[in-house]
Amino acid sequence: MDRTHRIHQDINMTPELMATINELLSHYPEDKPKSALLPILHEVQDAHDNWLSVELMDKVAEIIGIRPIEVYEVVSFYTMFNQRPIGKFMFEFCQTSCCATRGVEDLMDYTCSKLGVGIGEPTADGLFEVRGVECLGACGYAPMMQLGDTFKEHLTKEKIDQLIDDCKAGKVELHYKVNHG
Amino acid sequence: MGKQLLLDKINVPGIRTYEVYRKEGGYASVEKALKTMTPDDIVNEVKTSGLKGRGGAGFPMGMKWSFIDKKSGKPRHLVCNADESEPGTFKDRFLMEYIPHLLIEGMIVSSFALEAHRSYIYIRGEYMWVYKILQNAIKEAYAAGWLGKNILGTGYDLELNVHVGGGAYICGEETALIESLEGKRGNPRIKPPFPAISGLWQNPTVVNNVESISAVPWMILNGGAEYAKIGTEKSTGTKLISASGHIKKPGVYEIELGISVDEFINSDEYCGGMLNERPLKALVPGGSSVPILPAHLIYKTANGEDRMMSYESMSDGGFASGSMIGSGGFIVYNDTTCVVRNTWNFSRFYHHESCGQCSPCREGTGWLEKVLHRIETGHGREEDIDLLWSIQARIEGNTICPLGDAAAWPVAAAIRHFRDEFEYHVRFPEKIKNRDHFVEEPFEKVKHLLAKATV
Repeated sequence: MDRTHRIHQDINMTPELMATINELLSHYPEDKPKSALLPILHEVQDAHDNWLSVELMDKVAEIIGIRPIEVYEVVSFYTMFNQRPIGKFMFEFCQTSCCATRGVEDLMDYTCSKLGVGIGEPTADGLFEVRGVECLGACGYAPMMQLGDTFKEHLTKEKIDQLIDDCKAGKVELHYKVNHG
Repeated sequence: MGKQLLLDKINVPGIRTYEVYRKEGGYASVEKALKTMTPDDIVNEVKTSGLKGRGGAGFPMGMKWSFIDKKSGKPRHLVCNADESEPGTFKDRFLMEYIPHLLIEGMIVSSFALEAHRSYIYIRGEYMWVYKILQNAIKEAYAAGWLGKNILGTGYDLELNVHVGGGAYICGEETALIESLEGKRGNPRIKPPFPAISGLWQNPTVVNNVESISAVPWMILNGGAEYAKIGTEKSTGTKLISASGHIKKPGVYEIELGISVDEFINSDEYCGGMLNERPLKALVPGGSSVPILPAHLIYKTANGEDRMMSYESMSDGGFASGSMIGSGGFIVYNDTTCVVRNTWNFSRFYHHESCGQCSPCREGTGWLEKVLHRIETGHGREEDIDLLWSIQARIEGNTICPLGDAAAWPVAAAIRHFRDEFEYHVRFPEKIKNRDHFVEEPFEKVKHLLAKATV
């Protein structure tokens, strides 16, 4: 956490978000609201451009009724919670064995050079960011990445090109909605 | 075609939905269990089945259930471990994504057997879309009366919810998972007390893998004795194998335990043989933490017997010449693979995933990663191989949870079986500058250099 330079984040706890939080709290005994912390953090982060400022974490602590430190220590432990603004379309490539043996390193190099960035630096327009992460559980469909709620699998350079175009054109939905069709 | 108990209906169109699942006979085991069986009857069927926990450790499920404390009168919990994070493993995701109601059905029957009234499925955060599929399926099950108060008018109540993690391999360890479910960092607890006595919120808790729980409905409908007839005497039932790496058909396969490794890798029913017909070099049969096997110990054991896909055959020879079936994360490597690079890759994983509680693991995994990285990038020293051996030996057995062992074993096995490849890296740094060094020139073609240089 950068303590000298804090980036401002607009906090917007909408009625929809509060309803979801209350629904999640109801999944645990009344005297164990802290148990809902991880699911709640995911929802709050999703509703706030995919990152959590100190002020937002404090807000979560207040809603659940726990101390702020209890939120900070969780956010800093789990890799999916971001403590700084990140690219809107975060390409998280799996780098572990099966993906590595099927060429993910070449694909990451390709993607970075195409976007003109290094690993972990968002593009100037804030649209894209490339990261290497550890095993995502898609070893049979390597190489692959996580993008939002879902996985993009059996990746090739052509598929990356297409994906970048689709993201720019607003055709990529980051949040998954259950559809039985 | 082997017998399928878990995936037999996976190709039925719409099986993800409640309507189709129910039409195909789904939830029949809940009716049978709640209306005609006692909790102890169910525990006995599971014991008789001989099913070994499918998460990786292979502990008998029925025995685990029998340890749960029923005397204290505290509320009991069943928690399903859907944190699936062991590199090479993606089977639970497949079950939950395509046939989520099977797990929910298993959770209801298993919770009833444990007399638990509040149960959870803990799923890893990266499976966010599967989390949403499960949430939806649970809603459907509530609406149809399979969850909630007074299920089927039997007086049995069950609240089932799915809980999502935040990206941490360590939460697959059952006490770390419980900590995470309590809204904390995933730091494993010191045992005893075991979760069966003091688990979630200090209540008696059983933690079981997705695949284990999903096998329970079949056992209830057909009997534990019937289940035990499938597979081998010591490895009963079917097992999901996540096959990946250099094979023609990666994917999730349900096998009857006891088929040969040769059949699994080479038959068209399963992996379909080696990708591009390149030679087999190594196999990690049960997820990244189990020992890697060199080519000559894959199809045959050290005794020259056929190696089988079973708990006993896969571990035949101990760590000297065997491995483990573990989680069923079956990673096949051909001759273009660099074992040093792959071992460094695994060590980076464990270093990243160490929770940091125990110094041997927190520091040791970092040292392993660093030393392996310098060998792989051409900066290795002669003494580094012995140094690696000594570091891994000092991690193993010296930590609260098995992550330390899991980090140590792959390094030990790689040195045990592929020491010459490490020596090659140390002695010929100019030959390994490119990360694809063995793609261009497989080790088999260059290993003669080692002999020459020693003359």
